[in-house]
Amino acid sequence: MAHLQGLKVKRNSVLPGFGISLGFTMFYISILVILPLSTIFIHSVTVPWSKVWETISDQRVVASYQLSIGASLLAAFINVVFGVLIAWVLVRYRFPGRRMIDGLVDLPFALPTAIAGIALTTLYSQNGWIGQFLNFKVAFTPLGITLALTFIGLPFVVRTVQPVLQNVDKEIEEASASLGANRLQTFVRVIFPELLPAALTGFALAFARALGEYGSVVFIAGNMPMRTEITPLLIMTKLEQYDYAGATAIAAVMLIFSFILLFVINLLQWWTNRKFI
Amino acid sequence: MAGHVSVHYSSLPVKNTKSDSEARLVRWILIILAVGFLCLFLVLPLVAIFIKAFDKGSAVFLAAISNPDALSAIKLTMIIALITVPLNAIFGVAAAWAVTKFNFKGKSLLITIIDLPFAISPVIAGLVFVLLFSAHGLFGQWLMDHDIKIIFAVPGIALATLLVTLPFVARELIPLMQTQGTTDEEASLTLGANGWKTFLLVTLPNIKWGLLYGIILCSARAIGEFGAVSVVSGHIRGLTNTMPLHIEILYNEYQFSAAFAVASLLSFFAIITLVVKNVIEWKVKKSEIPEEGAS
Amino acid sequence: MSIQIQNISKSFGTFQALDNITIDIQTGELVALLGPSGSGKTSLLRIIAGLEAANQGAILFGEEDMTLINTKERKVGFVFQHYALFRHMTVFDNIAYGLKVRPRKTRPSKKEIEEKVYELLKLVKLEAFANRYPFHLSGGQRQRVALARALAVEPKVLLLDEPFGALDAKVRKELRRWLRKLHDDYQITSIFVTHDQEEALDVADRVVVMNEGKIEQIGTPEEVYENPISPFVYHFLGNVNLFKGRLHNGKLQHGSFEVDAPEFAGTENREAVGYVRPHDISIEREASPDAVAAKISYIHIVGAAVQIELIRKDEGDFLEVELTKEHFRSLNLKSGEDVYVKPKQLRVFIPEDYSI
Repeated sequence: MAHLQGLKVKRNSVLPGFGISLGFTMFYISILVILPLSTIFIHSVTVPWSKVWETISDQRVVASYQLSIGASLLAAFINVVFGVLIAWVLVRYRFPGRRMIDGLVDLPFALPTAIAGIALTTLYSQNGWIGQFLNFKVAFTPLGITLALTFIGLPFVVRTVQPVLQNVDKEIEEASASLGANRLQTFVRVIFPELLPAALTGFALAFARALGEYGSVVFIAGNMPMRTEITPLLIMTKLEQYDYAGATAIAAVMLIFSFILLFVINLLQWWTNRKFI
Repeated sequence: MAGHVSVHYSSLPVKNTKSDSEARLVRWILIILAVGFLCLFLVLPLVAIFIKAFDKGSAVFLAAISNPDALSAIKLTMIIALITVPLNAIFGVAAAWAVTKFNFKGKSLLITIIDLPFAISPVIAGLVFVLLFSAHGLFGQWLMDHDIKIIFAVPGIALATLLVTLPFVARELIPLMQTQGTTDEEASLTLGANGWKTFLLVTLPNIKWGLLYGIILCSARAIGEFGAVSVVSGHIRGLTNTMPLHIEILYNEYQFSAAFAVASLLSFFAIITLVVKNVIEWKVKKSEIPEEGAS
Repeated sequence: MSIQIQNISKSFGTFQALDNITIDIQTGELVALLGPSGSGKTSLLRIIAGLEAANQGAILFGEEDMTLINTKERKVGFVFQHYALFRHMTVFDNIAYGLKVRPRKTRPSKKEIEEKVYELLKLVKLEAFANRYPFHLSGGQRQRVALARALAVEPKVLLLDEPFGALDAKVRKELRRWLRKLHDDYQITSIFVTHDQEEALDVADRVVVMNEGKIEQIGTPEEVYENPISPFVYHFLGNVNLFKGRLHNGKLQHGSFEVDAPEFAGTENREAVGYVRPHDISIEREASPDAVAAKISYIHIVGAAVQIELIRKDEGDFLEVELTKEHFRSLNLKSGEDVYVKPKQLRVFIPEDYSI
């Protein structure tokens, strides 16, 4: 196993199967993750830099970054607000249907994104169930995109905040109350700081997911260049025109962004866990 | 056992004294806000799917899902799931075993790489295989010479789905096996069991619920994946269309009822996923809280 | 089966967990590895079991070199600190496990396994619990299942990691006695790890006192308690009073106080410390050169012995003295009284910082 030597294996367990399990793992991710993703960068360097820059700094592409980042940030922010609220209500209060609601939170993980896309579009188009009551357009505008991105990102915040909230020691709240703090002060000064790392992790996860999201957005976006065209869609468009170089250049930008986000998420998760050991 | 106090904790009745909980009114406002948001956001779309599916009567619904193109999409989706889920389950077990039972340098980097497919856009997950295997791709010429088709064919769809769903099982098992540690396996070895028996008789029963949960999540995603598959499929009706792609085509052709009919099948599967997930969580919780005389 | 531990060293990164450990354990002996946490005792036990590999040294069972033999082949019974019972198996299945996983050739028949398991269940007095799951059992019951499971494979050596650590005081004492009896009945060579000196002294034939990866002392409980060979052993096994002073003419001196230290007759003018157990001190009303003046600060009368706390007049240090009730009564001591404290048996050590 050629990979293993590079890792400087230090055997300190008597359990068997180290070589085969790590070997298979390395082989599998090499073929399915590392090799395919590195082709993006290999492909990008074979194209002259000026051409790559021209593609990724094109007005239409830049507009798509702005839209993707803006809508994703807004969606992640909405998710933090409602995610913390939902987690709070689910952990702290007992009310009829709580278990059902709790189970339902994961729906966006379970429901295929394309279906979420067509369902939301149908609801929020101008003569849809909800759209007809609104005097502004939702579907086929950046607002619609934000809506779809909020939908798919919702479980992230709830599911990262929930366990942390469950572990918040009730005694610290009682201590705060016994020292004369009112409920709001206790929440802001004692509970919220405990939740912050988890809420930020959830925010980053929802944001990362939203940036790359495609299925739920394409239906509701309308896909008008400069206005409602998200970056993943632009990659798709370039691919359909057989502009592989263009698609790859934009993909490289997105990938770098994803790597940075992944790094940030790892840091945040490390922070969250450190606080609770 | 000790260490699971948190689980008990959440099921304790919340004390209704003024010092450590909110006023009744505040509580109900918060509950209504949260539940209202979830209903508007999650329940309503789900309900809409089923209502729209039967909008034009059950005849249209049945026609939509028994249409040959729909049937072949269903078949292809099942095949893709049957290929990708077992492979990723085996990978998940192997990766979790290596990462949680041993110490080696570069371990956290490995875990990060396993997480990577969660962080990248599905469109990119499809694109990379186009770059590798399409006619202009890295191996395109070689594949052409040997008359092997990957892109715009089933292998491409399988590969893209494999990449997108790769972390699900591993991600479920790694934290679980980390908390379980290695003593059970060590106990088994001191009792004379070999590695394989130890895995089958001790490790596997310990991780079965986590594994099942990971498999369920992996299946849901494999069946519902849209972006990645959309890039590599080529949308050839009856051949390379999975269910989500078939829904897209119907929708774009303004056959809304048919689109929602097929969508309702997938939604039904999503609901089952949620139910199974909750049953598993309930089971796990139950096995962690000993109840006298439960045997 | 005798066990020879020869020159075992083990390090984790830069941390030296075990440093050149050599111990000979006779067949049928019950040995305690005693030390504070981080002393390397558990690492040593795991190395004996083959659960960890030493960096250097050898482990022999009888004449057979086990160093490179893996755990599965070593035929040791290992009882884990938190029992490591298989949660998804009944008590019966847990105990039967080691027999069921044998290769077909050496596996006993189903009936034989059943007989063996019931025999063991009887031994650990858990016949009624065969079909229960571990989480239905109390800590002490789990411990006994873990022991029965380890014994089922008829190990040549029984290794126990903090066997009573997770139990409450009363159960602990009961199980201790029970383990001693079990060992006497079966005569199986056993090693157990503990950080509780009382437990080690109470149960073991011999005690190995460990500290920072090294052996401080090996001996019978009486030897290590009565004749500690290092300040560490003094401190770790029971309470001790310190008498600081200087060595001069084979005596330890401090002010007017001096006691004989014949073993240091040739050592001049060095700082040294005398160690005395509380019960090796007498309280006098008359001054003498080998006693120090002190004031009684507290008298604690519970049980057979009387604990007296005193404050030395010269140094202000606390002293602790233990007297029998009769002796205490005959002296008629009162709190606040001025007395003279005289070490009856004192052992002098030169602090390590000065000795090199």
